[in-house]
Amino acid sequence: MPVKINRDKCTGCEECVASCPVSAIEMKDGKAFINEYCEACMTCLSVCPEGAIIEFDKEAPEDTDIKSYKGVWIFAEQRGGKISSIAYELLGIGRKLADGGGTGLSAVLFGASETEAEELIKWGADKVYLSQDRIFEQFNDEPYSQLLASLIKEHKPETVLAGATPIGRSFIPRVAARLRTGLTADCTSLEIDKETGNLLQIRPAFGGNIMATILCPNNRPQMATVRPRVMKRGQYDEGRKGEIVKAGKEGLFSRTRVLETVKEVSDITVNLQEANIIVSGGRGLGDPKGFSLIQELAELLGGAVGSSRAAVDAGWIPYRHQVGQTGKTVCPTIYFACGISGAVQHLVGMQSSDIIIVINKNPEAPIFNVATYGIVGDLYEIIPLLIKKIKEAKEI
Amino acid sequence: MNIVVCIKQVPDTAEVRINPETGTLIREGVPSIINPFDMHAIEAGLYIKEKTGGKVTVITMGPPQAETALREAISMGADEGVLLSDRAFAGSDTWATSFTLSKAIAKLRADVIFCGKQAIDGDTAQVGPETAEFLNIPHISYIRKIEEVSQNGIRVQRLMDEGYDVIESALPVLLTVVKELNEPRLPSLKGKMTAKKAVIKKWGQADIMADENDLGLKGSPTQVKNIFSPEARPGRKMLEGTPEEQVDALMQELRGIKCL
Repeated sequence: MPVKINRDKCTGCEECVASCPVSAIEMKDGKAFINEYCEACMTCLSVCPEGAIIEFDKEAPEDTDIKSYKGVWIFAEQRGGKISSIAYELLGIGRKLADGGGTGLSAVLFGASETEAEELIKWGADKVYLSQDRIFEQFNDEPYSQLLASLIKEHKPETVLAGATPIGRSFIPRVAARLRTGLTADCTSLEIDKETGNLLQIRPAFGGNIMATILCPNNRPQMATVRPRVMKRGQYDEGRKGEIVKAGKEGLFSRTRVLETVKEVSDITVNLQEANIIVSGGRGLGDPKGFSLIQELAELLGGAVGSSRAAVDAGWIPYRHQVGQTGKTVCPTIYFACGISGAVQHLVGMQSSDIIIVINKNPEAPIFNVATYGIVGDLYEIIPLLIKKIKEAKEI
Repeated sequence: MNIVVCIKQVPDTAEVRINPETGTLIREGVPSIINPFDMHAIEAGLYIKEKTGGKVTVITMGPPQAETALREAISMGADEGVLLSDRAFAGSDTWATSFTLSKAIAKLRADVIFCGKQAIDGDTAQVGPETAEFLNIPHISYIRKIEEVSQNGIRVQRLMDEGYDVIESALPVLLTVVKELNEPRLPSLKGKMTAKKAVIKKWGQADIMADENDLGLKGSPTQVKNIFSPEARPGRKMLEGTPEEQVDALMQELRGIKCL
């Protein structure tokens, strides 16, 4: 909405409610509230005796000068009070960008302890903005975006990075919309353009068929979400010192409410995005029972089980295991593709894995194009042999 | 219940090829489809209409030919289609697209808005949440189940990395959906007849009362600097021989990379 209420100034006199020709103003908690029916006619602006109604576009701009924005920020997400690994990866790339630009690196952390905040410093942050407001105990998009946007407005970082995770990809767009700035999704590489100082945001598009370099030349901050498990963590330094700044904001609210957080119980390890080793099976298994072989190999290697879309569509394994464009994007150290032909839709979800081991009957299968090691052969012959030899090597 | 479903017409990316000489996309002959995630959004809209009564409006922003996508949605059971098409909208990034959509949706006065979780050409997943922000309404991403819905609110399951959250929201709300949510229905014969005759509303800049500085290329903070082909994986090693020899070779490599 181009019109907003300054809740601090609003006295709840209701003058504006009557003035609105499209009934777009209502009272909530004793304050005026502009709903989605607002047509931006601006009638209410002159009606409010307190000047509490402000135009969205005119709110930001005393700082049209983008040069006043300094520093790199990363958003450190947590689940259950524990910082997610993406935060440390963001500190890795963030440190590089900050050092390259001769500027500082700050992290923003909501809903976690000071001990966790200190971890961020040891992993490379100079400063941590920490909010321990209880509203952040659960993830709700509105308070997250309200506070992050407000901190950005106040401190003006030049670059803001967050994880391309379910949390980051959900609420960061709201922050960008609020700040009227650009946001690039799911970047796999970030560099600074030496001439202009712009952040070069590189990401796959069209299902990974092409890579695109995206810029945000005239607006700040330049914002990007970064694909998990692509960036390397920085240096951990136990003795590293930094500053923890308590952050908060009056009037944070959420119109959504988390009632319950359910961990999906599965007899197979499903946390694909965290796994160092993934063993995936596809249509070439020929049978749902083939996944017990895949699982045996995965367990032996301490890895997770993945699958192609074909195997999910056939009902052999739940959707949560699906790797690819319509499933999970993964980037393990080692990815085993067993009986997977390698449709583009699968490749885009796994091709940035460090090492890809392909086992497939068909030497022409496109999956061999991304293989580090390729074995043309029957997986029902190869995998049992491999399992046997690994057991021997491990003396199981 | 007034339900709006945002859809996008996209090239069927599984069939998009790159010209190896120029590094550009070959778009000719690539069929256009409704973004697969949006099919599930349409189904979700129809499901709610069946449960609570009401109307389903599908809306898309795109070139004039995107009308086909709206007619397909109507053939599945949607009541109305709105096409946002104007040269002023051309070149929109996610900010400008969301802004434009929000202006149009505000006119439609929706109780529930559905979007697919992302489009398969851009894969950004940003337009849903940004649109909700512009509308000043809550949103919930990655909906995998609708547990309950009424005029008072909605309770859904939101897919997360390690499971799901049960989450409720007041209306109006915007929801982005994943494929697990449902199985999109096929168009009925009657639906196809209705779709053929349906009158599609066409809205441009003037209809949504938006400033041109907020639209299209002008309103887009991001720019595409260049596109290029992803690098092929160098140094592939094929392990030859009998299965025994192949596995031995692999074991050696696994030791080399300290996997064992």
